[in-house]
Amino acid sequence: MSDGFRAQVLTDLPGLRQRHDHIFAADWRARATVLGVIALLVGLAVLAILRLELSLSRIISGMGELGHMVGMMIPPVPSSSAHAMVYLHALGETVAIAFLGTLCGAVLAFPIALLAARNTTINGAVQFMARRSSDTIRGIDQLIWALIWVNVVGLGPFAGMLAVMTSDIGNLSKLFSEALETADRKPVEGVTATGATRLLAIRFGVLPQVMPVIASQALYFFESNTRSSTIIGIVGAGGIGLHLAEQIRTIEYQAVAFIILLILVAVVAIDFVSGFLRRSMTGRASLTH
Amino acid sequence: MALALLRLPDAQLLPLRHAYGEAVAAKRRQMVLGFALLIAAILLSGWVAEVQPALFLRNLGGFFSYFGRLFLFDGGSLKGQLVFTNFGEWYWGLAGWASLLFDTILIAYLATLIGSIGGFFACFLAAGNLTPSPWIRGVVKRMLEFCRTVPEIVFALIFVVAFGLGPLPGVLAIAIHTLGANGKLFTEVVENIDMKPVEGAIATGSTWTESIRFAVLPQVLSNFASYALLRFEVNVRGASVMGFVGAGGIGQDLIEAIRKFYYADVSAILLMILLTVMLIDYGTQHLRHYLLGRDARG
Repeated sequence: MSDGFRAQVLTDLPGLRQRHDHIFAADWRARATVLGVIALLVGLAVLAILRLELSLSRIISGMGELGHMVGMMIPPVPSSSAHAMVYLHALGETVAIAFLGTLCGAVLAFPIALLAARNTTINGAVQFMARRSSDTIRGIDQLIWALIWVNVVGLGPFAGMLAVMTSDIGNLSKLFSEALETADRKPVEGVTATGATRLLAIRFGVLPQVMPVIASQALYFFESNTRSSTIIGIVGAGGIGLHLAEQIRTIEYQAVAFIILLILVAVVAIDFVSGFLRRSMTGRASLTH
Repeated sequence: MALALLRLPDAQLLPLRHAYGEAVAAKRRQMVLGFALLIAAILLSGWVAEVQPALFLRNLGGFFSYFGRLFLFDGGSLKGQLVFTNFGEWYWGLAGWASLLFDTILIAYLATLIGSIGGFFACFLAAGNLTPSPWIRGVVKRMLEFCRTVPEIVFALIFVVAFGLGPLPGVLAIAIHTLGANGKLFTEVVENIDMKPVEGAIATGSTWTESIRFAVLPQVLSNFASYALLRFEVNVRGASVMGFVGAGGIGQDLIEAIRKFYYADVSAILLMILLTVMLIDYGTQHLRHYLLGRDARG
């Protein structure tokens, strides 16, 4: 039915073209932009492929190897129950690293965020300093921080916790300061009108507005840190990553698959719990408005 | 000024006061319980993660002196001098590092491109408003979830064994992670579109692909580009550590310098990475604001 109508209309295509010339006219500028962007993207991709020496034959032979490895991963069981216990303990360590790291990071990021936010900072110079130091911390990857902390406090989960904390200070202070800047100004004016000092105005005018947002962001980072702290063990900073890297190097693929499954289960469980907590927090926040 | 406040009679007031007291007490009980749980969790994880405050305090000085040492030459005739005094000596490996850093950026670029294209095709199948079949949707969503839950370094570790050392496993690992992350973000964008243009396109007899091309794409493309740019920025950071496991880029040189305590090299490489990341941050931020701003105006 609709196809018939469409076909019927399309028979008069030249007529339509003539009557609605401006709609059918090609927009050469837009087309040139689109083609230019595509050419740029493809050109860069070709440059990257040539420079990085990525060849199709390597990809294909690698795929075969990968398929072979996946075959060897089944069934995903560790070589003994003693190993399984070791992995479970390492997983607990990973979660503990993420939890403590995020908590300490959030606590330390908060004052930096206050100094970096436009509406709560002391003056421009302080704000600039706070922002740049947060940028600098953020520019260095968590794994690099882990390596540095391993040099300072030695191998083990403590270094991992400090690495998570450090990179969270950078990330969370930026997010917190953005949350602070979006706070409504009216409560601040109201509190100031009662004769409160600036500090009190921030405490009773700004903080109650942003606390739920800040808490939910911290929880979100707890989730993402559980993922990232599964790998900082690769550089010796505790957690399950050490075992993972070891099992891959010693070609124990069944244990590798078991560990990956463990990580997936733990991440999903923590996502679920923290998602529940976040929803209940933001839900309460929207009720109080 | 005498203000005569209206006061409820005590008989009415008492139950209200009582209820208020109850509510406050309940809230307080909740707070105390929450704090107790938090402290228990902290102590438990502190025990599991072998937190040693004493060790930390003892070595905290080491942390700061580590950063001090980063800016001193660690060997040769210039030992002990500030690195800024002899730029040529500090950046003795500039050509090699710059080339590796360029590789790192290209790894991030290629991975972002591949992952975003993959996410582009996946997102329409995962969006609830465009794909009515819950089976297809569920499968695509689970696949994306898997891709973003397994950390990219883990993929890189496995791919290094399968594809051999070099940038190839790095590109693939980051691309898979990008596919998962961007696929999810793209899906959310698509699920929030205005459905009226889609209905209009369907009313003219367009097929599923045609309605996506003419009714969905114009609404979502600038958001997609913005997310892809954001990912690129994240991926440059990620690519800088791919070399830790032998998957190409500048990470290889960095981990070697850190492990062997070549302090001046560490600071030189870190500074280069930081500058590059900041420049890319700055550039992509402007591009993204331009894209999203144009969207808002149009």
